[in-house]
Amino acid sequence: MAACYFDVDGTLVTSNLVHPTLYYLINQGTPLQAALRVGRALLGAPRMALAELVDRRTFNELLFASFAGISEDRMVLLAEDAFENVLRPSLYPAAKGLIEKSRAAGHDVVLVSGALTVVLQQLARYLGAQESIGNRLEFKDGIATGKLLKPVVAGPEKARLIREHAKQKGYDLAECFAFSDSYSDVPMLSVVGHPAAVNPDKRLALLAKAYSWPSFDLNHPT
Amino acid sequence: MNHPCLVTLERDSAPRVLFSGDRLVEVDLPPGTRCIYPKPPATGLKDPDAAIRYALNHPLGTDPLHSKLRPGMKVTIAIDDISVPLPPMKRPDARERVLTIVLALLADHGVEDVELIIATGIHRRMKGAEIRHMVGDVIFDAYYPERLYNHDAEDKANMVEIGKTRHGDPLELNRRAADSDLLIYVNLNFVAMNGGHKSVAVGLCSYKSLRPHHNPRTIAASDSYMDPKRSKLATDIELMGRLAHEKLNIFTIETTVNNRMFDRSLEFLTKNEDDLSGAERLKLKAMVLATSKLPQGARQAIFDKFPAPYEITGVVAGATDAVHEQTITRNFEQYCVPIDGQADVLVTGIPFISPYNVHAFLNPLLVQVLAQGYLFNMYRNAPLVKKGGTLIITHPCTDKFDHEQHAPYIDFVHRLLPETRDSEVLREKYEEKFAEDPAFIQMFRTGHAYHPAHPFFMWYWGENGRQHLGRVIVVGADNEYIPKLLGWETSPSMEDALYRAKGGELRSLDVTLLKVPPIVMGDMRLPNSNSNGGA
Repeated sequence: MAACYFDVDGTLVTSNLVHPTLYYLINQGTPLQAALRVGRALLGAPRMALAELVDRRTFNELLFASFAGISEDRMVLLAEDAFENVLRPSLYPAAKGLIEKSRAAGHDVVLVSGALTVVLQQLARYLGAQESIGNRLEFKDGIATGKLLKPVVAGPEKARLIREHAKQKGYDLAECFAFSDSYSDVPMLSVVGHPAAVNPDKRLALLAKAYSWPSFDLNHPT
Repeated sequence: MNHPCLVTLERDSAPRVLFSGDRLVEVDLPPGTRCIYPKPPATGLKDPDAAIRYALNHPLGTDPLHSKLRPGMKVTIAIDDISVPLPPMKRPDARERVLTIVLALLADHGVEDVELIIATGIHRRMKGAEIRHMVGDVIFDAYYPERLYNHDAEDKANMVEIGKTRHGDPLELNRRAADSDLLIYVNLNFVAMNGGHKSVAVGLCSYKSLRPHHNPRTIAASDSYMDPKRSKLATDIELMGRLAHEKLNIFTIETTVNNRMFDRSLEFLTKNEDDLSGAERLKLKAMVLATSKLPQGARQAIFDKFPAPYEITGVVAGATDAVHEQTITRNFEQYCVPIDGQADVLVTGIPFISPYNVHAFLNPLLVQVLAQGYLFNMYRNAPLVKKGGTLIITHPCTDKFDHEQHAPYIDFVHRLLPETRDSEVLREKYEEKFAEDPAFIQMFRTGHAYHPAHPFFMWYWGENGRQHLGRVIVVGADNEYIPKLLGWETSPSMEDALYRAKGGELRSLDVTLLKVPPIVMGDMRLPNSNSNGGA
């Protein structure tokens, strides 16, 4: 038994973590609340940009701090809309086909992303993925604290989570596949027997070539 | 008296010049070596367009094409892909000429629903520029990409099973082709294993329909697969082809080309080295020197730069069987050289190109295909070399792959071959798994990679050669690892390879050189026997 582990942002969808987050921030109860939240997020933007250069995990933590104060109900309520309006339109044309092919080959499909599970689950349902591993917000009395529950899904942590997930499910990692677009996901790609670079950034494209990993983009419809 | 294409070397004969990938190397072969040279190019048709029109109006075994046409009908034209001819021919390609005339005929008869499909089978998708080169600007601009496109063997929604052969093997074909009122196949026949029933049954099918005949047993039972009458591969494919003909309305057009692979300025490469003029000798020396000094990329660029000036030698149209019989006859007329008796040692140079690496590097698996596959199979009646004999090839066997076209080959060579070279084990244990690999399938469908089952077929292609030959020795390999992986030995020089081939025997060995390219086939006559020499 084997699984196909898919990174999401940049791999299956053109959008990144920022897009659904902005959707949430813009869609607040009143325009004033929305403006305040977006304004606060913009103030933190330079720090986030710096963090993105240094460490993906810190970036995630800073980004999700913008959710502080939003109720759990609202998070769930907006998840479907965020998927329909942000993620679904930004799916790569061939993404669904690739997932279908993976399932047809008898593999379980698992999405592994820094995105919030609440949105990720919508995408998983749409694509027919069996599971999703994403980030979870901490809630106190039904209100988001702006902190992420551990483990924070990012960079090398993805590799550990995949290893653990495979062990739990009884998958042979040597038979498993992993797909990602980003050099920051090299650890995740390295733990499986069949890594593949999808819409790779420059550094990953070079690495994929050096290690003879399959490399392709999902821009062309199939 | 010897055939003019057979030369027996003497003590003072000049060294022979062989391809060693994209290099030219000089080798000394012992006196008495029998060299088989390609036949001079057959005369090309003076007016190919007239010949095409004549063939369409005077088809074999069926009515003329125009009589099959009616306004409003659905017509699909399938076309051979870039794997033939090698290298790609100078424009206009034979297919452009045929298509131009056929499309005009369709338009004249009010046929508007026309689509052109490149019958890639599970080969890589052709790129836009390659398609343009093949079909010409006018057709390309008018039809590409909506109505001129590559067959997609993995597009399940657009494949349809049209039936099963009497052996129960399913034939799954391109839905558009299967649903058409008329399917016209435009072939360019390069070698005898091309064309005929293979065109539709392989060019437009899926992996599922290839598996029953693209396997080691079929290849091992083919003697040779360049001789359709003695090829189990051809017989099995014919079964599927006949099924296609039962269900579909097919009109076949086949063209043959001569073997004018090199332009006039390089034609000396096909000549007996003893007959070269002073100027040609100088040019040859310069080429040997240049290819030994230039970096690989530059050498490949040189050979890629010159499309072959092939000329069309024949056009036949109509019912597949009748058409193909004539095509094969013409094919053999161009390539076959009569040979008496098998050799102990067959020497041949491995060139830079095969059907599967146009505009890409000839990777180690393809070197194997050329050596134990295609070149070994260049015979009729019996192999050029005795059972258990030695094949000596010149090639660097560089561990290099095109990452785009040959991605699944890399895994096959570096992951599977170290485990086993046994074709049956590879087929049973790994072939289907590879064929379903989602990453490789994606590269095949949206990139320009070969299907992940293709490297397996390439390995099987060498099966009858592997079973027949005692050993393969590589001269000029730049590493030990790849030849060893392929089950071959290495020698630093031809002299050393011949010494090894002798294996301590006192008697002198019969050595035969197959001088390629261009293509030449040995028409073997065995003394006092009808036996095939045990291929």
